[in-house]
Amino acid sequence: MKINCIEIISKISDTRAKVKKNQLHQVNKNVEEVFLVDVYTIKKDLSQNQLKEIASSLTNPVYQDLKINQPILVNKFSWCIETGFLPGVTDNVGSTVKEIIKDQLKIKFTKDEGVFTSQLLLIDGKLDEKDIIRISQGLINPLIQRVHFKTQKQYLKDKGMDRIIPQVKLSSADQVNTVNLNVSDEQLMAISSRGTLALDLTYMKTIKNYFKKLGRNPTDIELESIAQTWSEHCHHTIFADPIDEIKDGLFKHYIKRATVEIRKKKSQDFCFSVFTDNSGGIKFDKDYIISHKVETHNSPSALDPFGGAITGIVGVNRDAIGFDMGAKPIVNYYGFCFADPNLKSPLFRDQEKKLPLLSQRRILDGVVAGVNSGGNCSGIPTPQGFVYFDNHYQGKPLVFVGTVGLIPTKSSSVKKARSGDYIVMVGGRVGQDGIHGATFSSEALSSGSPAGAVQIGDPITQKKLSDAIVKEARDQKLYNSITDNGAGGISCSVAEMAKESNGCLVNLEKVPLKYPGLEPWKIWISESQERMTLAVPKNKWKKFSELMKSRDVEATIIGEFNNSGRCVVSFHKKNIMDIDMKFLHDGLPVRPMKTTPVKSTFKEPVISQQKNLDEVLLAMIGRLNISSFEFISKQYDHEVQGNSVIKPLQGKGRVNGETSVVKPVFDSSHAVAISQGLYPSYSEIDCYQMAGASVDTAVRNLVATGVDIDKIFLLDNFCWCSSNDPQRLYQLKKAAQACYDFAKIYETPFISGKDSMFNDFKGYDEKGNSIKISVPPTLLISSIGIISDVLKTISIDVKFPGDLIYVLGETKEELGGSEYFAMNNSVGNIIPKVDAQKNKKLYQNFYKASQKQLISSAISITRGGLGVALAKTSLAGKLGMEVSLNKLPGKVIRNDFTLFSESQGRILITINPKNKKMFEKIMKENIIKEIGQVTENQQLIIKGLDNKVIVDLNLEKIEKAYKSVFKNY
Amino acid sequence: MKKPKVLILSGYGLNCEDETKYAFELAGGQGQIIHINDLIKNKRLLNNFQIMAIPGGFAYGDDTGSGNAYGLKLRNHLWENILKFVEKDHLVIGICNGFQILVNLGLLPVLDKKYGERQVALLPNDSNRYTTGWFDLKIINDTPWLSGITEISLPIAHGEGKFFASKQILKQINKKNLVAIKYINNPTGTLENIAGITDESKRIFGLMPHPERAMFFTQLPDWPYLKEKYLRDGKKLPKFGPGLQIFKNGVNYFK
Repeated sequence: MKINCIEIISKISDTRAKVKKNQLHQVNKNVEEVFLVDVYTIKKDLSQNQLKEIASSLTNPVYQDLKINQPILVNKFSWCIETGFLPGVTDNVGSTVKEIIKDQLKIKFTKDEGVFTSQLLLIDGKLDEKDIIRISQGLINPLIQRVHFKTQKQYLKDKGMDRIIPQVKLSSADQVNTVNLNVSDEQLMAISSRGTLALDLTYMKTIKNYFKKLGRNPTDIELESIAQTWSEHCHHTIFADPIDEIKDGLFKHYIKRATVEIRKKKSQDFCFSVFTDNSGGIKFDKDYIISHKVETHNSPSALDPFGGAITGIVGVNRDAIGFDMGAKPIVNYYGFCFADPNLKSPLFRDQEKKLPLLSQRRILDGVVAGVNSGGNCSGIPTPQGFVYFDNHYQGKPLVFVGTVGLIPTKSSSVKKARSGDYIVMVGGRVGQDGIHGATFSSEALSSGSPAGAVQIGDPITQKKLSDAIVKEARDQKLYNSITDNGAGGISCSVAEMAKESNGCLVNLEKVPLKYPGLEPWKIWISESQERMTLAVPKNKWKKFSELMKSRDVEATIIGEFNNSGRCVVSFHKKNIMDIDMKFLHDGLPVRPMKTTPVKSTFKEPVISQQKNLDEVLLAMIGRLNISSFEFISKQYDHEVQGNSVIKPLQGKGRVNGETSVVKPVFDSSHAVAISQGLYPSYSEIDCYQMAGASVDTAVRNLVATGVDIDKIFLLDNFCWCSSNDPQRLYQLKKAAQACYDFAKIYETPFISGKDSMFNDFKGYDEKGNSIKISVPPTLLISSIGIISDVLKTISIDVKFPGDLIYVLGETKEELGGSEYFAMNNSVGNIIPKVDAQKNKKLYQNFYKASQKQLISSAISITRGGLGVALAKTSLAGKLGMEVSLNKLPGKVIRNDFTLFSESQGRILITINPKNKKMFEKIMKENIIKEIGQVTENQQLIIKGLDNKVIVDLNLEKIEKAYKSVFKNY
Repeated sequence: MKKPKVLILSGYGLNCEDETKYAFELAGGQGQIIHINDLIKNKRLLNNFQIMAIPGGFAYGDDTGSGNAYGLKLRNHLWENILKFVEKDHLVIGICNGFQILVNLGLLPVLDKKYGERQVALLPNDSNRYTTGWFDLKIINDTPWLSGITEISLPIAHGEGKFFASKQILKQINKKNLVAIKYINNPTGTLENIAGITDESKRIFGLMPHPERAMFFTQLPDWPYLKEKYLRDGKKLPKFGPGLQIFKNGVNYFK
């Protein structure tokens, strides 16, 4: 079969090439010029005219030139580097071009034919082979991409690069193996680890006994299926199993119980559905329900930052689409925990140092770009997020992704797959990508980590699916149930949905594949993206399939739900899996856990006191964890859908706020506010107070924006490490207990949560010494609140000269784990203690004041303390301030500690002097202090405890410090 | 007077159809979202409408260049019908991705009546990165879409919005006064600050900024400041934003 090649180059100054050149110039100063060529390799017999027609439809004559089956030449270059995808990696552009050709020429492609894209860099400059090898490696991720290079001479001699067709060739075919479990414990464990099953001995033995009773051995697909369903990722055993005296487990005892008790106690219950569905649901107004879900995609992002992040965000989108009968995603949300991007200490997955981890900078760039592509392509606004830096994340970054959904109350109904309903898979096809994601994320990252766990996203395929479901099929009531295909693929989604009817029969050969030759067990557990599973009644199938066809969405019947009480999988009429539903879902043995209390003490830092704190404040504002991340906010579309109200960058000074507000229904005055709190730097001191601070911050950030504390809801994401270590488990228990205690007082129920328990890296350092790096115990508390009158929301920027400045709440010298101590390379021990009872009264009165529109600006005091809050609110409003710390409520002795203490429960606000009386009357039972005034000039002047000036800074300086850190990102 | 009917296209990754429809209805029109495949199946549907809007989005994920693939689909299946539509005294607007589609389809700027010929292009921003933000713009020509507006502030959100045309083409465009709207500060390196153009009839209008994201007061980036100002001046808060006028202009053209 002929392999055709179409090459396209820009004939005018090419932005993409320029940007590439600048990147390469960072690597090697001898790079003089870079030309960029897009290559479409078409494996199909085509006539010259057909090729011409295809080429012209891919080329824009206004600025591009093309060559057909001959290499593009530029007048001066010394090397050519080609990058392309490895076999099996989703090539989105390739498939679009295939669509274009089919539509244009009215022709079809056989299984063996296809379109594949690659990119040429024609590079000019004095570069030897070593340089080119180094440059090449910087261009690709070897897990998913190939790179080849030639000298100019060779390139001319060969008439271009070699034509490589990255087609998957699988010989493995259809075979199903049985696995002999009648073996020793050692061998059982060997079986588990060989297959990345992540099943420990107690689990393996339970499975062994189950099949003994059946008088047979399991097939590979049965074993794999159980491994998926029982995986930490899917079953959350660490949160479910007994721990110490807590027999019902952490989740039931602390998280769920808090919600149940709060819902009972509250006069008005705004929760709609909690913990059961793909997302948590709350009532928005009389006509709509809002869903929220926050996921993590840590392990995939460590291997392939772009792919991991984009599949993370489009994956959690499906938790909205799969909520209830299908919610429309209206907000994307992100949170990234990285090591310092400038960190220079390479890590390796193997002792031979052949498998280096990607540099922190590449992980950051890739993750940021992944969420960009996923969110922007899907037309979902991404207003809210955070970045947090700590070098303990070097081995494994944390990538939090969340999605808020919206569904009309009238479209909502109880999911129930009925016996006789078709099992229908919609969306993308199944390939090797994302095998063992679920089980692998239940283990530490090591050299054994399967590259198969990498997935590439295809947002447009999902966008078509999403529109067809939530904008059409849902309200035509064409299905009885819907769920996401995430971890474990259809093995989990089908088995999960089969609970509703109590049984299923799957005809695995019907599942559409990306390429032939996949073993059945791989088809069953593959985590190929952009797929959902639905239960479609037989009498609605015709209408459903026609709708999907007309929307260019692939929908396939892969089996039938029944009430047999069994999960049966057949492959070409032969049963290859037949497991009792009860055993599959509840057969796993309980593993009681014991914890060991841990109390670490760190030495208190010795920090010399300075009279003038200008430089110290500037240094704080320039910290990675405090400075502006506008480069992210700006590249994430937060205006699409027209719902943005309080935007990610606030005020004339464009300062990153902690809270975003969206108004998803044009005809309703209601709005949704989202924020978060997390303090990993407190964890090693005291996980109980860490969790308390996280809850308080997550709640307070919303309160400061004008949200009624009665309409605030929480989500928990525990990203822990070494969760088989009794001391880590103790910290986990303490954190969970705090979640209960503080949520109970604030009466802010948890509606959804997710955990990821083994964020450890086991590998080798530069010298080849084995090394283990664990993330600090990280708890992300995400908060979501409902606002009834959008016009009452408050932004962080100070608005008018003469306005009065107040600090609400008390300031104590609580700097343990603070950003200020971190700047002084120490941890300390005294971390903020949250007085929730007192805070709650403050938050309630604050809300009263905000409803009377007495508050002109408000910023929640968080990381970096009062000093940072003053700088941010002043910079945001581009107005100066003059304040004094004299007689500041609380317990403080040192000026620097006063400025940078991270005491919780505090809000910094400004008000119109006219409102002073009324405001103070409303707040009379709370501890508040007027500390100064907004000024006309551009100076931030702070007087210390003794009323002497300690800070006198021009806003320009502050802005420079705040915005220079990521200036070139 | 009957409400003018507005067709808003959807499908394959276009994603602003809902808010665009809402804007036209807020402006007094009657909007209908139609998936491109439904229109292909029933081409005569187009005859029911006076206005065709191609909304913003990410059709085909911008693969092979923003607007290219969707433009090809329109050309392969609906070209004749579209030509008939624009011959009549009808209006067309392409917003962001819609603008990119009109340009690739050869419906803008259509110099010398060369319908279907690609004469200009929208290239990757100088940053080669997606950029979101609000910008001030000034109105240049007299397209009915912009009548009564001289300056306006609107949000942009795109990765490929850098207008490009050869010297000769640009000269003609300027000579025939087809530049409709320009940025005051250039956000992307776009040629001569161009943000949108029209055809010679001025009835076909494409622009990168998103007026449908500026139809309400609370969509403005500085509304919390403005609100506080209105409160202190004892004034009533406005309800709408500047973008709405563009949709009103479209609708009122038929009144």
